[in-house]
Order: sequence, then C-alpha cells, then structure tokens
Amino acid sequence: MLFAGNKVNEVAPLKESAQPSNVVEPPTGAQKKHEPPAEKRRWQIFFTVPLATATALALHWLASRQEPPGETHLYTYLLSGLLVVSIVAVALQSLWSSDWMRGACPLIAAAVLFLAGWEMATSGFRWLPMPYFPGPAAVLQSLVTDRDILFDSTCHSLLLLLCGYALGVAVGLFSGVCIGWSRQVRYWGMPLLKIVGPIPATAWIPLAMVLSPSAMVSAMALIALAVWFPVTMLTASGVSNTRAAYLDVARTLGAGRAFLIFRVAIPAALPSIFIGLFMGLGASFLTLVVAETVGVKSGLGWYVSWAQGWAEYRKVYAALLIMAAFFSTIMTALFKVRDRVLVWQKGVIKW
Amino acid sequence: MVAVSENTVATEGASLRVKDVTKVFAARDSTAERMLALDAMSFAVAPGELVSIIGPSGCGKSTLLRLIGGLDFPTSGELYVGTEAITGPSSERGLVFQDPCLFPWLTVRRNIQAGLVALGVLREKRSEVNYFLRLVGLEGFADVYPHHLSGGMAQRVALARALITHPKILLLDEPLGALDAFTRMRMQDEVLDLWQARLTTTLLVTHDIDEAIYMSRRILIMTPRPGRVERSIEVDLPRPRDRSSAEFLDLRSEILKLFTSPVS
Ligand SMILES: Nc1ncnc2c1ncn2[C@@H]1O[C@H](COP(=O)(O)OP(=O)(O)OP(=O)(O)O)[C@@H](O)[C@H]1O
Ligand SMILES: [Mg+2]
Repeated sequence: MLFAGNKVNEVAPLKESAQPSNVVEPPTGAQKKHEPPAEKRRWQIFFTVPLATATALALHWLASRQEPPGETHLYTYLLSGLLVVSIVAVALQSLWSSDWMRGACPLIAAAVLFLAGWEMATSGFRWLPMPYFPGPAAVLQSLVTDRDILFDSTCHSLLLLLCGYALGVAVGLFSGVCIGWSRQVRYWGMPLLKIVGPIPATAWIPLAMVLSPSAMVSAMALIALAVWFPVTMLTASGVSNTRAAYLDVARTLGAGRAFLIFRVAIPAALPSIFIGLFMGLGASFLTLVVAETVGVKSGLGWYVSWAQGWAEYRKVYAALLIMAAFFSTIMTALFKVRDRVLVWQKGVIKW
Repeated sequence: MVAVSENTVATEGASLRVKDVTKVFAARDSTAERMLALDAMSFAVAPGELVSIIGPSGCGKSTLLRLIGGLDFPTSGELYVGTEAITGPSSERGLVFQDPCLFPWLTVRRNIQAGLVALGVLREKRSEVNYFLRLVGLEGFADVYPHHLSGGMAQRVALARALITHPKILLLDEPLGALDAFTRMRMQDEVLDLWQARLTTTLLVTHDIDEAIYMSRRILIMTPRPGRVERSIEVDLPRPRDRSSAEFLDLRSEILKLFTSPVS
C-alpha cells in the first residue's frame, strides 16, 4: 500500500508538468477528440438521410420522365415517404434520438445513394443492357405485384430450410459429441467423416433424385447433409479439445459420465460448436437454393429460375432482395442466440 | 481465531495412508528416458490432521496429489483412505488445483454448486450453497462469471467448490501460490478457519516455508528426482501462531538449512 502510494505521488506530477512543455496544445487537442466535436458530428449526421433521399428523388424524376407513371410510382412513393420520415426525424432529434438512429443514419443515406446510382446506371443512362439490369423502380414494382407468390415461395423455402437445418444440426451434434468423446467412435467415424464430409452436398443431387420418393424429402436430406458435416467436425474438435483440467475438477467433485459430457465437455465446446452452426447455415442456404432450382417445384430458388425462364429479370432481382432479407434475418437470429448462450465469453475474448 | 486442540473436536476427516507409492511416467519418445517421479514414497496422515508438503519444483508434489485424488494411478504401491484403497476419483477427496480452474461458463454460484449437481443432491442441499458463498465472503458475487473475479476470489470459489461435497480429505495444490503477500496471509487464516471448523484431513502443497510452518501440524519435506519424503517435521507451536516468534524463526532456519545444505 505504502509503496503504491509513493508511486502515484511521484509519477503523477511529472506527467502533468511534462505535457504542456512538450506538446503545443495537448489538453484541448486531447479533449476535442472526445467530447464536443463528436456531439456536433452526431447532430449533423441526421441531415444525411433527407439530403440523400432528396437527391435520389430528383434523379428518379429526371430518369423516369419518359416512362409510364404506373411503372414507377411505387418507387416515388417510397422515396417520398422516406423523405418525410427523415425530415420529421431531423426535426425531432433535438427532443429525442437514440444511439441506434445515429448509428444507422450514414448507412441508410449510403443505401439511398446506391439506389440512386443504380437507377442512373440502368433506367437513367442505360449503360447496362436493359432486360438484364432493370432499375430499382421496376424491381420494386414486381416485388409488389408478385407479392403473393413471393410470400408463398418464402414460406416454402423457410419450411424446407428449417427442417433440413434442424435435422442436420441434431444429427451433427450427436455424431460430433460421439466422435469427440469416444476414442473408439473416433477411430471408425473420423475416416468416414473425412471422406464423405468434404463432398459438397449438391453433388449428391443426382443420387438423391433417384433414391427418394419426393423432391421435398431429398432436398431436406441434402440440406441436412450439408449442415451435418461442419457441425460434426467442429463439435467433435470442440469436445475433444476440452481442457483436461476441467474434466479432472469435475471428476474430483464426483461427476459421472453424463455430467462430464453434458455439463463440462459440451459447454466447453460451445464456442466451437457455434462456428460449426454458422458454417452449416451458410452451406444450408446454398444447398437450399440449388435444390429448389433443380428439383423442388416451390420456394425462392424455384421462383428465380422460373422468372429467368420468362426473361423477367426484374422478378429475379425482387427474389434476390427477398433472399437477402430472409437469409440475413436467419443469420442475425443465430447471432442473437449465440450472444445469449455465450454471454460468459464476454470479456474473455474480443467480443 | 480460537486455539483448538486438534484431536478433541469431532472430525469429518479420514485418515490417509500412502504406502510404497512409485510413479513412473512413460518416455515421451524413444530417446528420452523414463521419468521416475515418485520413488517408493510412504507416509500417513491422521484424521483431521493438516499436513504440509514442501519441496523444490518438479519433485512430484502435484503428481502425488493427483494420485491421492484418484486422477492418476501409481505404477506400484497402494493408497488408502481409512481402510479403503483408492481406485478412482471421488467426491470424498476434494482437490483444489494450483490454477483455480473454475468453469468459465458457470456463474460463481453455479460453480460452487457443481459438486451437488454432479452427485444429484442439489435440491436437498441448495441452502448449503449460500452457506459456502458466505463462508468464502462472495455473496455479492454469486451471479458473476469467473472472468470478472480477482485471482484470490477465484481461488476462494475453487475452495468452496471443493468443500461443498464435504470431502473427508482436502488436497490443496499451492492454492495460494499466485497471491500477493497480504492477500496470501489473509487467505491462510481463512483456510485455517475453514479447517478448524470442520477438521477435514488436509494436505497442503506449498513452496512457502513460512506458510507451511504457520498452517500445519506437520511438514513433509520432499526431495526431487526421484521424489520421496526426506523428513517429517512436527510443528508444536500454539495457535494462532506468531510469524515472528523465536520458535517460529528457529524452525524456519532449520528447514532452510535442509534445503541449502547438500543432502548426505
Ligand atoms: N503427465 C506427465 N508426463 C510425463 N512427465 C510428467 C507428467 N506429469 C509430471 N511429470 C514429471 O514429473 C515430475 C514431477 O512433476 P510434478 O508436477 O508432480 O512436480 P511438482 O512437485 O508439482 O512441481 P511444482 O512445484 O513446480 O508444481 C516432473 O519432473 C514432471 O516433468
Ligand atoms: Mg505442482
């Protein structure tokens, strides 16, 4: 204690006296970086969205003068609505604003500007060949006109994806824990895993079509297979890498095998298991879309190839938009689950 | 602290007997020679006794505790708790490792109750968890994850976790090794209090001669390579012990001499 006290007394004044003489204007410079300018920048950030939206609206008006109004009025409404909302937000932000809004403003503005750029490149200057690259207004139009069939396709895709993913995760966790825990299972299971696992699930499509009674079932099995491999691999490595000390501690507490597996090895392996779940999710998206394109007669993948068959590229883009929203929502949901399950890692690792 | 005569209070502890225990570690590769970690080691500990083991690094202290804990098996020789031979780990023998080794995915409370969960008696004994939390002074940290604890706090949690199953023998592998001098002295008193409350047979591995004299009734001094008990020294000082009393310092210099003078 005494020693610590001395140290502080000696060092602190030194620092204070040294700073002003060495640096030209250190206190203001150091403070400026943190408090007032940040506040100011935050305040201005709210203007980015209405400015970007107004620009996009003006460009849209220029670009769509020759087109029939029915084709583009939805996009006009969308931009106008956004403009009104953002202006209201600017007006209200002195009263109430959240960090979330501040953080989102530059991103929203950039997205709106991207839409404007896209519109100029397509329906504006027609730099890109027309049927293949429709403008945002046309895509929005098909999104709305085809909403029923798109909704239906999304539901089908969701059902197929969830069934396949759940099956793959369940089997993958089971086989992963077995391979990771038991030396005997590892001896027989690992070669199989190493040979069969790396084959992309989509390569099994010809076989799956022959074997299974319905396209739905075979697609589900393929998705499950795609998920199974990474989940098994990372679960097995997580379980077998459990620190021996944790197992030793548990055994001196009187733990039986069930406790060692379910309350020590699996929790210790969870960070690794989640990596497997994420990799499996990515693989399942890919397999889903391919399976729907070639076999299943429903879902977003099927919709895309169907629209392409009719050369309705605006519909293709509409479906891609839905897919992006659909997949990223699922991804985000899994991240949320991970954050909850692995709260204990907060502070242990770079979060 | 109250002075307790160690054999009059009813004890929860069991006796421990180590008989001719030899432990040879297999060679890591063909060029390395086999490692004789413990060589025909023998000693006994009476019920309720607190015995320290000191010895230079690498003399096989941790190996010995692992053998008694049942985590490892001797190459030859026998180990007994009471009259029963040790065949594997059991909640009767609590082991606190040098590194507290808390389960990072469990809160302090859940770490402490892990032993009760493992034995399937959590429901009946839930109140004990609070008792042990209070005993080690961590009620306020019950719902904190181990990462947020200081080294000393983590060590106390590890101690509570080992104690909750009411072991008959407590094996402490340098539990205070990582602490600073002040915390260390406070923790020594805490461990002594715990021991005096229940008189669990305790085997304390340490590098610190002062700690060994302050805490224990008997000190086993081990020699390295191969490890065996070189001497057993009775500490007959009254408790609480005064670290600066003449008897304390005499004993200390006697033990120091053992380590510095070449073994005959
Ligand atoms: N699993 C093992 N395999 C091979 N050799 C081992 C193993 N564990 C310990 N040893 C060897 O046995 C000897 C005794 O090790 P041990 O860990 O018991 O020493 P220690 O007395 O606890 O030392 P310290 O005070 O530094 O903790 C060491 O020389 C070590 O190299
Ligand atoms: Mg050791």
